[in-house]
Amino acid sequence: MAKIHITTTINGAPTEFLCEPQQTLLDVLRDQLGLTGSKEGCGSGDCGACTVTIDGRLVCSCLVLAPEAEGAKIETIEGMADGDTLHPLQKKFIEMAALQCGICTPGFLMASKSLLERNPNPTETEVRYWLAGNLCRCTGYDKIITAVLDVAAEMRESAR
Amino acid sequence: MNAPSTTGKYKWIGTRPDRPDGADKVTGRARFGADFNLPGQLIGKVLRSPHAHALIKSIDISKAEALPGVKAVVIAKDFPEQPNLIVPTGEMQVNLRDVTRNVMAREKALYEGHPVAAVAALSETIAKQALALIKVDYKVLPHVIDVAEAMKPDAPLLHDHLLTEGANPPATKPSNIAKRIEFTKGDSKAGFAKAEIVIERDYTTQAVHQGYIEPHAALASASEDGQVQVWSTTQGHFQVRGFCSRLLNIDTSQIRVTPTEIGGGFGGKTVVYLEPLAIRLSQKAGKPVKMTMTREEVFRASGPAPGGNVKVKIGATKDGRIVAAECTVEMQAGAFPGSPVGPSCMCSFACYDIDNMYIVGFDVVSNRPKVAAYRAPGAPISAWAVESTIDILAQRLNMDPIELRLKNAAKKGTKTAYGVTFNTIGMVETLEAIKNSDHYKTPVKPGFARGVAAGFWFNIGADSSAASHVGEDGSVTVISGNPDIGGSRASLALMAAEELGVDYDKVRPVIADTASIGFNFVTGGSRVTFATGLAVVNSVRDLIRELKVRAAKIWKVDPDGVIWENGMAKPAGANVGTFEPLSIADLAAQAGRTGGPINGHAQLNVTGAGPGFGVHCVDLAVDRDTGIVTVGRYTAAQDVGTAIHPSYVEGQLQGGAVQGIGWALNEEYIYNSKGLLQNAGFLDYRMPVASDLPMIETILVEVPNPSHPYGVRGVGEVPIVPPTAAVGNAIARATGVRMVDLPMSPPRLSEALDAATPRMAAE
Amino acid sequence: MSDIQYKAAKTVREAVGLMAAAKGKGYILAGGTDLLVQMKSGARTPGVIVDVKKIPEMVSVVEKNGAFTIGAATPAAVLGEHKKLRKAWPGVIEAANLIGSTQVQGRASAGGNLCNASPAADSVPALVAAGCIVNVAGPNGKRAVPVEKFCTGPGKTSLKTGEIVVSLTLPKRPKNSSDAYLRLIPRTEMDIAVVGVGVSLTMKGDTVTDARVGLGAVAPTVLLVDKAAKALIGSKLDDAALDAAAEACSAACKPIDDKRGTIKYRTKIAGVLLKRSAMIARDRINGIEHRGHRPV
Repeated sequence: MAKIHITTTINGAPTEFLCEPQQTLLDVLRDQLGLTGSKEGCGSGDCGACTVTIDGRLVCSCLVLAPEAEGAKIETIEGMADGDTLHPLQKKFIEMAALQCGICTPGFLMASKSLLERNPNPTETEVRYWLAGNLCRCTGYDKIITAVLDVAAEMRESAR
Repeated sequence: MNAPSTTGKYKWIGTRPDRPDGADKVTGRARFGADFNLPGQLIGKVLRSPHAHALIKSIDISKAEALPGVKAVVIAKDFPEQPNLIVPTGEMQVNLRDVTRNVMAREKALYEGHPVAAVAALSETIAKQALALIKVDYKVLPHVIDVAEAMKPDAPLLHDHLLTEGANPPATKPSNIAKRIEFTKGDSKAGFAKAEIVIERDYTTQAVHQGYIEPHAALASASEDGQVQVWSTTQGHFQVRGFCSRLLNIDTSQIRVTPTEIGGGFGGKTVVYLEPLAIRLSQKAGKPVKMTMTREEVFRASGPAPGGNVKVKIGATKDGRIVAAECTVEMQAGAFPGSPVGPSCMCSFACYDIDNMYIVGFDVVSNRPKVAAYRAPGAPISAWAVESTIDILAQRLNMDPIELRLKNAAKKGTKTAYGVTFNTIGMVETLEAIKNSDHYKTPVKPGFARGVAAGFWFNIGADSSAASHVGEDGSVTVISGNPDIGGSRASLALMAAEELGVDYDKVRPVIADTASIGFNFVTGGSRVTFATGLAVVNSVRDLIRELKVRAAKIWKVDPDGVIWENGMAKPAGANVGTFEPLSIADLAAQAGRTGGPINGHAQLNVTGAGPGFGVHCVDLAVDRDTGIVTVGRYTAAQDVGTAIHPSYVEGQLQGGAVQGIGWALNEEYIYNSKGLLQNAGFLDYRMPVASDLPMIETILVEVPNPSHPYGVRGVGEVPIVPPTAAVGNAIARATGVRMVDLPMSPPRLSEALDAATPRMAAE
Repeated sequence: MSDIQYKAAKTVREAVGLMAAAKGKGYILAGGTDLLVQMKSGARTPGVIVDVKKIPEMVSVVEKNGAFTIGAATPAAVLGEHKKLRKAWPGVIEAANLIGSTQVQGRASAGGNLCNASPAADSVPALVAAGCIVNVAGPNGKRAVPVEKFCTGPGKTSLKTGEIVVSLTLPKRPKNSSDAYLRLIPRTEMDIAVVGVGVSLTMKGDTVTDARVGLGAVAPTVLLVDKAAKALIGSKLDDAALDAAAEACSAACKPIDDKRGTIKYRTKIAGVLLKRSAMIARDRINGIEHRGHRPV
């Protein structure tokens, strides 16, 4: 079977790769492009550890075929910081101990960033439901939710 | 969250600085097991039994070996036979003869998912094709899943040689009961004779998985000269080295295991699954071999926590004093002996000061994956039963459940059923903390009901090695050998900084591989901050001793005349002389002239780990029409010794509590009539999601452990012990129905509510 | 898997041609949230994967004379952001928005949900209650199928080789109409429905003049429960009417015992959810919103 040549944009950088039709975007990110920040926790879209955005839309990259990346704008955790300046969510997660083992953290950060871009003033319940597709087994979610709410408040404050 | 009482006592301990691996973990830079790759690596895959119980009559790997792209195939004969020898793994014990069979089946497949062969190929696609070409001739045997069924004399037998150890009279016929244990204190029969109230109940729990989000992963590279390198996502890389050494007949010094960052373990990654396979494949293929488990494989083939059947009988006088207690625990071991039935029995009544106790436990094999440790192994199962029964007693006596527990609380001097007498412990303080908490003082909201429960775990010490050395600029590196699964690196650096009197940012904690530091027991048993912390502290004290010797040389005085204060060497008094203080940087600059590099090290086997007690309180509502439970408020109190980094201590309480809530409400292994697992994925193995929960409030009660310089007590495991009964007790009070079987999932709760024969008070 | 192909179609005609040529080994890729899971488990082995997301009419929502035509591959998240659609059919939208997590919502579509034909599909009971029409295109031309006739069994639809679902049409709404969808799941998110009920009502004052009830996860296909609707029509949604409709739903159940629920439980819950969803639909007609936990 011949491989497909894909041209796409990842974290703002023009990127090309070859892939088999049945490979997932997650496979290609991790195994070919060296972007191992997105993780495979389940391979079936039930844990969110592989969360990326495609054209601004939050998705599980384990359920996206690699060829679908053609012409799309993909953002991964590796693109979240601005040079060596961490995104406020990244800083807050460290500060608030919103991670223990850290395997779910990239997925949570991508999902939280997407939420705050769409809704700068979510309630605790809204944050929890938005993040329901991101499993964490270490933290019990408490400090993650607190970190997201704190960043939301800070971002609203600095926007004033 | 309360502020621990150590504020002000220490400069660094008790503060909440950023963890040293934080930036890497929030940017995706940190490398976990599956993130490691080597040039030329092959992909390894495992062929697993589709049957719950079967003889393996033959395996034909010829077609697989011949497939282009396949570089190695291994089966049982590639692994040497092992002796009948028990070794520790984490907090449990295993038999090497069983370990090798669990890693690769020999005579029989004993559970669905049991490895029967493994291949290494150029790609995952080819590896999977190779698996499909392996012909295994199985003779399917009758299987048994349930513990009670497995204990019956006519049950299908898993192991022909298994005679019940500890049976009285001694066993002559093989069975599935591997072991019988008992613990006695006083005379429970006499005790019950004095009781004015006796409560007796039978309870059941189901197997639950640790649920770490990162599947098992290993990368092995074997060289032609016999050396082996392994990268493994593990809680114990020395453990990995030790097992692989034995299972493959390789000297431990020839195996170098590097622990990757680890995406959760909770006890489940203190054993080996993939590592021996990857090494053997790599030896045969002459190339590195990378292996990962899919989520389905994690469920089908890695050890869950056992389920069990527990009978509890408690007798008390009308004033609430418990005078006798009995408990029988029948626990699943999975396919090979070695469930944590021992700790389950030992913990069952450990929260209380009871004169007369009789506890019996059974370790029972059945056709399920071999169980592995899961956070306080065994304790949650007996706690579910005991704490529910104590709540029934409280209801019968119309007594506040906290007051009842205070009346019977274990204290310093209490002797447990397993023979240990407690030193300074925090059970009473933790009960008082809940009693005085905002949560407990707030009236229960309409439509909600409240439950409380307590829990205990021993915590362990064991072996740790640590080293510390200074850089030319005075910054310090502290090296230890325990994978960091919850933020322990930060705590180690805090203790080192406190000890040295330098800024936290000047201390860099590093986790070394098996070749670069002395032996360390696993990250588990809530031991790292305690035991490895102690080793780190001692290695830093050794460093300070050497730094003072260097200062003494420079000042040409006796080393006794030098003190260490605020990160500087100073003369002990004016009589020693007038010298400017010397910083670590000053001393490092003159290291060559004063004796060479400045290092410290320590190694120890630690005892005196302080046991932990937790008390949890939950308010919840039950939708009577659907059986859906909504958790409204949750507070976890625990005696934590000294909270070195309070945020990470809080995190342990919150994480363990939520695992317990999942255990209570929805998590279970579901098998069909063929002994095949029906819910081998996160869709139908239902762990709590963010929207299921409220914030988890924590109360850190600091009762310092006298056996540690900073009073550290292990904290990680206790939090999973109380939640199931706390939830069950609240449900009982919400509905009048006493649930005895876990999980209390909506269909089960709904059925119990519809049947509605309240068992709580009417006896 | 060695001769698998991926093709992105640009028109409906192209997609139909690819599917017809694949002779039964062709699979439509919309959101992929079912297809990829099935490919990984081996339940489905393409053949040809035909990506339809570049076909404009399959990923857009068009309103004409009060009726809405929803592209079959439109992500559920996009549907949820369509204000007019949500106002007219809050039940359909909340049902579509319950499929999976936020991430799954970014991909999963009502068309894909329908064509996957799980008895427990979240969008389908609401589509059934809405009287949705399924617009099919094939080698022999177009046809329209009432949604309650579209699925024929678990994982089976009435599509013939080469046919694809292009869009779903929701009819123009009479005034004073609204709908609701409720499902029972063990957790608060991330579960397959144990029971799902969609109710659509039209009222005049406090009397129900028209009703449709869709019942999911309790039979091989989603059911249109006429008897339940009849019990509601002409009533004021009083206890007697609701009880009768609930009983009709329980009686219509042909559920199984499985890892998600028992026969007994499902049968009971069908009635419970019917009552609750009817009340929500009625509230919406009266201007009382039940927004659930939608964060955006």
